Amino acid sequence: MTPVLALQDVHKSFGPIEVLHGIDFALRSGEVHALIGENGAGKSTIMKILGGFLTPTSGQVLLDGQPAPYRSGAEAEAAGVVVIHQEFNLAPDLTVAQNVFLGREPGRFLLDHRAMRRETQALLDQLDCRVSPDARIRDLAVSDRQMVEIAKALGRKARVLIMDEPSAVLTHREVEVLFRQIDRLRASGVALLYTSHRLDEVRHLADRITVLRDGAVVRQALRGELTEDGMATAMVGRDLKDIFPPRRDSFGPVVLEVQGFSVPPVVQDVSFTLRRGEVLGISGLVGSGRTELAEGLVGLRTHRGSLRREGQAITLHSTADAAAHGLAYLTEDRKELGLLLDKSLRENLTLSTLGRFGRLMISRPAEETALTRAIEDFDIRAPRRDMAVGNLSGGNQQKLLLAKTMLPDPQIVIIDEPTRGIDIGTKSQIYHFIDRLARDGLSVIVISSDMPEILGLSDRVLVMRQGRVAGELQGDAITETAVVRLVMGTTEEATADA
Amino acid sequence: MRNLSLSTLGPLAALILLVVLGAFLNANFLSAGNITNVLARSAFIGMIAVGMTFVITSGGLDLSVGSMAAFIAGMMILAMNAMLPTLGIGVPLVLAGMAVALGVGLLAGLANGLLITRAGIEPFIVTLGTMGIFRSLVTWIADGGTLSLDFEARQFYRPVYYGGIFGITWPILVFAVVAVLGELAMRHTRFGRYCEAIGSNDRVARYSAVKVERVQLMTYVALGVLVGLATILYVPRLGSASGSTGLLWELEAIAAVIIGGTALKGGYGRVWGTVVGVLILSLIDNILNLADLVSPYLNGAIQGVIIVLAVVLQRGKSSAEGR
Repeated sequence: MTPVLALQDVHKSFGPIEVLHGIDFALRSGEVHALIGENGAGKSTIMKILGGFLTPTSGQVLLDGQPAPYRSGAEAEAAGVVVIHQEFNLAPDLTVAQNVFLGREPGRFLLDHRAMRRETQALLDQLDCRVSPDARIRDLAVSDRQMVEIAKALGRKARVLIMDEPSAVLTHREVEVLFRQIDRLRASGVALLYTSHRLDEVRHLADRITVLRDGAVVRQALRGELTEDGMATAMVGRDLKDIFPPRRDSFGPVVLEVQGFSVPPVVQDVSFTLRRGEVLGISGLVGSGRTELAEGLVGLRTHRGSLRREGQAITLHSTADAAAHGLAYLTEDRKELGLLLDKSLRENLTLSTLGRFGRLMISRPAEETALTRAIEDFDIRAPRRDMAVGNLSGGNQQKLLLAKTMLPDPQIVIIDEPTRGIDIGTKSQIYHFIDRLARDGLSVIVISSDMPEILGLSDRVLVMRQGRVAGELQGDAITETAVVRLVMGTTEEATADA
Repeated sequence: MRNLSLSTLGPLAALILLVVLGAFLNANFLSAGNITNVLARSAFIGMIAVGMTFVITSGGLDLSVGSMAAFIAGMMILAMNAMLPTLGIGVPLVLAGMAVALGVGLLAGLANGLLITRAGIEPFIVTLGTMGIFRSLVTWIADGGTLSLDFEARQFYRPVYYGGIFGITWPILVFAVVAVLGELAMRHTRFGRYCEAIGSNDRVARYSAVKVERVQLMTYVALGVLVGLATILYVPRLGSASGSTGLLWELEAIAAVIIGGTALKGGYGRVWGTVVGVLILSLIDNILNLADLVSPYLNGAIQGVIIVLAVVLQRGKSSAEGR
């Protein structure tokens, strides 16, 4: 059978630097093909070439065995090759229906609003998505936006669907819906290309796996031929036995006591304690109030309830207050809330602690020294120190954000989604940074949707559901089943196979 | 050096080109008299434009500065005339008038800033509103005519515009000081860094413990004070204020900021660029008046071309960096 879409000996160079070295690779109808590799391995470039956004320097893109006729993303879509980008391609002020039909609105002179709404509803129903066709994109959660993106692709009658990390922003339940959709699309003969950093998903989902490393294909395998370890080893090119650091066993006294803490309207009556040298994991669905709790704890949101820091009652009205009490927060949204993408590493690093770099005038040398230290301490790999951080890879951005969060020397750090959208090598590095912080006597709260991360990193796990604490697990009681049960709020029988 | 790009040096190159062109076209161009004239005319817009640079860099805009200047001038003249019988002609009267001007400027900037940061109304809307209010108030107080400073007080006050030290007039000196302090504040103080951060992404700034509203408020207040300062130096020139004082100053100031390379959407400010921008605008005017090459009536058209060209150059730069 001829592959629907294939690359034949594709090379791609940006200026003098070749980033793809002779890629051969084929997508077949009714197959899910996973493309995996570390950040910078060339996944995005391949997807952009397939989707018509880039043209190869040499080699060919073949559609149905013929040289592909498209030269742009729009032409590729018309040929049935649709890409769903990680950063969504939706107009935030338009409604769901307007987005789904953007560029191919029905109606002769006037728009046929009714048909657009009806067909959008049908697509959303198919996806088991309860968003209204009239909702504005800017009011939707990230996970719902993704569903809208998929609906948009389905509406365009895609033959080849290319998804860049579709599950990175989804919760458990939503990932299940997504997988059902992928199964359905596969059964209907669509060719799917899929990238993910979650290797367990890849193992479940993919019929065929292509592993990339440094711009070349290092391994191709069929379903069942590669274990998760095998994939990780192929990606990194070395054994990755110790992704997670060993567990810590001695903890100090309680440093933070949270009692009856509420962040209206989401978080209600949360109580917990945090010890010195401890990593406390907070699990729960997106929307369960994890982030709101964290933002309340560092004074970013108005809150009620009592906070005790080493036994002393404290009140927080601002992030500055929180910083004064040794609390720091690393946001889950590094591109919108964490870093100034068009500014340099130095300006980002010192932004929240500028007061330390001189009274009236900022001391540039002091800033540079701090940056040099941060680059060493957190192994930030930047081609140039004065480059805009938006051009750094996700992993290096996250390391820089971690350095920025740690610059005020906090005693308690809340890290929200420490490794979202980051390759496995950098992930492991960040886990070891977190471990080092805890061993140095800090207390770390890790909020994560990534189950292995919660299980592998936490000394204790707090599970949130609908704004409240659903339960707390400690030591050997921290198992995937136990956490999932608390997350979902289901009984034992219902989650027996979860 | 990353700063040595076409868009950075563009305005400076344009300025040098204009100076060479001017010298070539008219022998008087480089005379001390003409240079003093050009710089003094630049000083008022220049001081305002330096303040505007901070407002725009932090993601704001102020359309009211021209009207504000007229309003401040009116208030200052009324106050000085009213205080004349008690204080008499002398330094105290002038100082009192200056205090009134700075105070009114501060309050006007505070009003703009509070409406924008506390009430959360867009800067464009707020300052469009206050632009109308300030100008209308001054026209109403002057009853459609002109508010004039007492003749003797004017004579006493005149040297503030025409006088100076070492042959450099006061407006030029004050403008130079404002420009240097502005450049230092933008490049080397927390205030400047925060302005850039807020204009770049105000949510990131907020999450980084920057007091976003306070910084934004301060940019409007500082601008108001600078408008007051510019007015102090402008009033002795004519000794009067009317509904048409400071007309279109806001657009000239904004144009100077943009020509100088500050991004209109905020996030990147360049005070020395603004100074260059102001000088470019004044030089075009001056050269057209001195040379017969092109009609002075085309002044606006040439300035317009320069503004658009400056933005095109900026865009070329940002797309090159995005790659």
